[in-house]
Amino acid sequence: MSGMKLSTDIAAASIVTIAAILALPNFLELFALINATVYVSMSVLALSLALVWGFGGILCFGQAAFFGLGGYSYAVAALNFGDTTYAVPVAIVVPALVAAALGYVMFYGRISDVYMGAITLTLTLILFNFVNSTAGDQWRIGAAPLGGFNGIPSTPPLNLPGDPGNPLPPQSIFTISVVSLLLCYIIAKLILRTRFGRVIVAIRENEHRAELLGYDARAYKLGIFVIGGAMAGLSGMLFANCVFVSPTMFSLFYSGQIIIWVMVGGLGTLAGPVVGAILLNLLTTWAGTLPDISPSLILGVILLLAVLILPRGVLPSLAVLFGHERGVT
Amino acid sequence: MSGVATLLITSLGLAIIFGMMRVINLAHGEFLMLGAYAAILSARAGINIWIAMLIVAPLIVGVIGFVVERLIIRRLYGRMIDTMLATWGLSLALIGAVTMIFGNTVAGFSAPLGSFAIGSFTASAYALFLIIATIILLGGIWALLRFTAAGLIARGTMQNSEMAAALGVSSDRVYAVTFAAGSSVSGLAGALIAPFSGVVPTMGSAFIAKSFITVVTGGAAMLTGTFSAASLLGTVATLGTFMTTPVFGEVMMLAVAIVLLRLLPQGITGRFFRRAL
Repeated sequence: MSGMKLSTDIAAASIVTIAAILALPNFLELFALINATVYVSMSVLALSLALVWGFGGILCFGQAAFFGLGGYSYAVAALNFGDTTYAVPVAIVVPALVAAALGYVMFYGRISDVYMGAITLTLTLILFNFVNSTAGDQWRIGAAPLGGFNGIPSTPPLNLPGDPGNPLPPQSIFTISVVSLLLCYIIAKLILRTRFGRVIVAIRENEHRAELLGYDARAYKLGIFVIGGAMAGLSGMLFANCVFVSPTMFSLFYSGQIIIWVMVGGLGTLAGPVVGAILLNLLTTWAGTLPDISPSLILGVILLLAVLILPRGVLPSLAVLFGHERGVT
Repeated sequence: MSGVATLLITSLGLAIIFGMMRVINLAHGEFLMLGAYAAILSARAGINIWIAMLIVAPLIVGVIGFVVERLIIRRLYGRMIDTMLATWGLSLALIGAVTMIFGNTVAGFSAPLGSFAIGSFTASAYALFLIIATIILLGGIWALLRFTAAGLIARGTMQNSEMAAALGVSSDRVYAVTFAAGSSVSGLAGALIAPFSGVVPTMGSAFIAKSFITVVTGGAAMLTGTFSAASLLGTVATLGTFMTTPVFGEVMMLAVAIVLLRLLPQGITGRFFRRAL
């Protein structure tokens, strides 16, 4: 992958972003725009797993845990500070710290694939069960009631930094989400260009060999895992801004969906999962409006077919079809 | 006790498939659900409830398992992650399909057998039946694998399929039968727990994670491992439930599982009872 390729990829992504910011708010109704913001926040989530799984080779069944943690820490912090300026970094740091702790347990314990899946899944379940049971007044952090099954409907939207009396309108939140997505994409791209990123990919390809060459695989995996956790936290924050936080953010259904986006979009690519997340979300929303067909049937069949027929994902398969042997990233 | 038995019986089908074939069947929860539906529907159609639970449910789910193995799992042997993803897709699809056909409502049937009293202590006789059924099932599977020719062939194929094939065993068929057998155990378990849990299309998701964790914590020796893990985790969950709330009982159990996996990354039987089945 040459420097030319990197800059054209980033330029293309930027053009799409700017076009989205300029065009979409003009012809989408408010409801559709909020939906679009949700999809963009999901894309950030997909991107985080694309990095952890597609490049780090770590199959994390619990990416939704960091997503939910990001949303909840944002809501709790914002309600306590009365200002969202400092809630945003909190929403990124808390999931990153949890990812660091979990990653330390897993990678330094040399836990293998299946067991890692079990542990990440378990963490998600613990959080889901725990948050679900926090109904009632005794469960509050500072000024923020956790609300149990109902979540926190009073999750405040972002405001201008340092100006809590001035919440941003949905249009600005859409812009912020799209820009965040672009930034995450660029950051991911750049990470993969660095020595760190190259070692990560080397470990994915052959952990044993990378270790024999003197790289501490545990530390590198921990690093990419924490970055992924932080990114998922950011996406949870964005999601909390357009809907509100509730325990479903931790649910098995979300964890599964993220994996489906990445798988269908193309494992080992960055743009694929982003596109996959948006398309599959559109599809799920559309399927929800159909009278007799359950959306989970459609999602399930898509995942099945993706694994059986296009194990490399839609985007890489298309790329092969059009003769780009290296595939897109 | 009934907590342990429930955990054990709902994990057993998964344990067989994972232990024998190294395949993680994430549609396991839906196999339980299908077993429960098979039992309830056939009981409503006028079949005796015991026949519905003990014969019809495992039979139907076993057949479904066979079809799933032929259509999906067979293509993915040796690709553990892909199998997990494919069965996850299957699980979503089954939930969706059953919701479409039967609706998203709770169907239930009350536990047969009533309750009995020992002094001032009453317990549901069905809970006792569940415990006994679990023990019989576990013993039956063990005896089948340990003493019969079919069990020997199955174990041999799992250990070294090429060698088994060289000795004239059709490993393809053994895999299919094993998967079907595991599925039918899941179907039986689903039918047996249905009176406790209620029957909804999404009931599987309540069990899959716990079963998955139990089996993984158990480790490679499927029966001993699952038995010891289920006893341990089930006891922790029950104690936690008594001391606090059911939710925290479950949280405690999951936390214990994480700690266990950190200490014994190969599961309980990776360290103890290594030569057990």
